Amino acid sequence: MLKQYETVIILSPLLSEDELKNAVNGYTKWLKKKKAEVLHQENWGLKQLAYPIENKQSGFYVVLEYQAEHDVVAEMEVEMVRDNERVLRFLTVLLDKYAIKYNNDKRAGLVGKNKKNVNSKSEAAPTEGASA
Amino acid sequence: MAVAQKKDIKFLSSNNIKRGENKYCRFLKYGIKYIDYKDTDYLLRFVNEQGKILPRRITGTSLKYQRKVSQAVKRARHLALMPYVADGLK
Repeated sequence: MLKQYETVIILSPLLSEDELKNAVNGYTKWLKKKKAEVLHQENWGLKQLAYPIENKQSGFYVVLEYQAEHDVVAEMEVEMVRDNERVLRFLTVLLDKYAIKYNNDKRAGLVGKNKKNVNSKSEAAPTEGASA
Repeated sequence: MAVAQKKDIKFLSSNNIKRGENKYCRFLKYGIKYIDYKDTDYLLRFVNEQGKILPRRITGTSLKYQRKVSQAVKRARHLALMPYVADGLK
């Protein structure tokens, strides 16, 4: 049965723009070859890391959302471990129905930054008091 | 004098202390079903200055969603979106 997964990959900041594109395209092509359907792809660009990984302070974040068989994920993780020149870190998460809905809503702008600000203002007061 | 008046009874602590507002689980209240580990700004509310996850008794989160919060914070830490150890995060 096909399941929906989401993989976040942190790529080395030393890659050039072309190398970055090659790396991302490589993974999407690899997924397609394994009969997985890549639904969405998001590039966050160069982002500061919260702590250094392999002595690097920043990295390129890429988010892939795809439908695949479960064994494809395991194979892909092996590929990424082997690719340690380019990949600093990765995380694959199985998406449940709420996560899929959240991701779709986020893309449609329903729960994005705009909506969340409305929510967070009404929520912010009690928590800030509690955590202060 | 034989029957003590109610106002004469002394309590160890003053009963005038006002209780704060009741805590509640924000996820149940607002119907939030999924906590995004990529949304660092949101997760910062469940973490103290050192980046430690706040206990349920402070945030008021229900057990079901506390598990999801802690899972999300741990995922964010793994992806270097949040620090494992920090000083003055807020």
